[in-house]
Amino acid sequence: MITLQHICKTFRVAKRRAGFGQAVKALFSREYELVHALQDVSFHIDDGEMVGYIGPNGAGKSTTIKIMCGILTPDSGECDVDGRTPWRERVAHVHEIGVVFGQRSQLWWDVPIIDSFELLRDIYKVEKRQFQNNLDELTALLDLSEILKTPARSLSHGQRMRCEIAASLLHKPRTLFLDEPTIGLDATAKIAFRQFIKKRNAEHGTTVILTTHDMQDIEALTGRILLIGNGRILLDGSLADLKKHVSESKTLIVEYAGVQPDLDEGMRLSEANEGRMIVTVDPSVLSVSDAIIRLAAQTELLDVSVSGVSSEEMVAALYKEYRI
Amino acid sequence: MKKYRALFRIRFLNALQYRAAAVAGMATQFAWGFMEIFAFAAFYRTNQAAFPMTFPQTVSYIWMQQAFLALFMMWFWENDIADAVVSGGVAYEMVRPLDLYSRWFCQIAANRLARALLRCAPILVVAFLVPEPYRMSLPPNLSQLFLFLLSTALSLGVVVSFSLLMYISLFFMLSPMGVRIIVAVFSDFLAGAIIPLPFFPESLRALVELLPFAAMQNMPLRIYSGHIAGAAAWQGIALQVFWLAALLPAGRLAMRRALKKVIVQGG
Repeated sequence: MITLQHICKTFRVAKRRAGFGQAVKALFSREYELVHALQDVSFHIDDGEMVGYIGPNGAGKSTTIKIMCGILTPDSGECDVDGRTPWRERVAHVHEIGVVFGQRSQLWWDVPIIDSFELLRDIYKVEKRQFQNNLDELTALLDLSEILKTPARSLSHGQRMRCEIAASLLHKPRTLFLDEPTIGLDATAKIAFRQFIKKRNAEHGTTVILTTHDMQDIEALTGRILLIGNGRILLDGSLADLKKHVSESKTLIVEYAGVQPDLDEGMRLSEANEGRMIVTVDPSVLSVSDAIIRLAAQTELLDVSVSGVSSEEMVAALYKEYRI
Repeated sequence: MKKYRALFRIRFLNALQYRAAAVAGMATQFAWGFMEIFAFAAFYRTNQAAFPMTFPQTVSYIWMQQAFLALFMMWFWENDIADAVVSGGVAYEMVRPLDLYSRWFCQIAANRLARALLRCAPILVVAFLVPEPYRMSLPPNLSQLFLFLLSTALSLGVVVSFSLLMYISLFFMLSPMGVRIIVAVFSDFLAGAIIPLPFFPESLRALVELLPFAAMQNMPLRIYSGHIAGAAAWQGIALQVFWLAALLPAGRLAMRRALKKVIVQGG
């Protein structure tokens, strides 16, 4: 269980304009700009939830994660993870969490993966038998048997990320923080990763908090989304809620044989080629089934597919709406 | 404690695998050791009595220094730690249930020990085989050898805790180069890495011998060579204990302050 209340964090960033003169001036007096990374961030996450934390670059996602991990101390506000304040009881707190930072590595570069894992075992004081069980499970699920004896430096990015995830779960944490875990992975690896996380959550009840720019991660994994922008939580809800917030319109892709059908009120033509058209339907005016009936009455339909706004479009629309 | 032992172990094993570096290091140390000894020999030839240490003492000092270089020299740079601070990789270190200060202490000590063990044997063998007067001598007696070992351990402690202060200072800076160069130049000079402290001018020497740098290689090497013995050796060891006892809490305090305002760089 994670509760954040009124968390604020400000960074001081040195600024100067380009040019030699400005650089010399900055030697004597420096201008600082305050960057409000987080302003009054509050939310609550229950045990076993999978939450996607989205927002543009620099919105404050990683800062929030780092506060929840006990790495950063906020300027004000309360954070409670399973009854502990992360930055005050860091050592006890980090026993219960696993962390993957997609852009950094926790594996030792020059030693075989298994050595890194055994070191983690000793650091987290995992009992030998327990460790072996965890390792066997992770090895089977993440297909690690071939690469455990290889040094991290010789692995491909995808192989290394599998090891990173295993490394973060060796001590069976209650909560797993994933900061852009799928960055730079190929399609197969992404899908395998998502399946693995889903399984982990279902079988072990691990709470998962995930930041990502890949909306398919969110779609595949998380029931709940937190949208952050300019250091504030802007929306908190399910993917469907958020889509509805942006637009309820549906897109029909229609393939037909015969004449091109005319459109009624509530339908708008987005694109038309020979025998194929894309129609946007506003469900508040005309239901999707009615729209199909009207099209079918005019021509012979070969294929119809219905979709809502895509997650990517939704996010783009949200960022635009909130000017973040 | 077990986790720190495990850390020590993996670091130790890790450092042992860089064979080419060890060979290159040994070659440098042979060359440097001979050069230094020949230079001193030339000075001694003019007047044996004009120097604060006898020639055999100086020779032993230099050979032991070269053999255990990795234990004593401040310019040995722990890239992993500096990188972790400068690039923000320290974030991963902070999500471990470890005290960061102890963890880094372990890491540096293990690295230095492993490197020293890997390199010392060939140098010692050669140093004991070369013809007189360039041959290294054994310490005058067993108790002196014991004092040397004790002093070496303390010296490593002082070197590591001092270098940790330097790494912690990187939390407040963007580039490690400045700190690295200044610390390397001053501390090695003041520790007696370039010329042994007894060769310093009298007034300067009185001051320098009280600094933490004097608690580094200066003590064990002079004890080994027999230049300081008995009560003077114990006095030297007391100085080392004093500086270690001062540097450890200072480092912990600095670390706590640094972590409180840590900014993880690079997102």
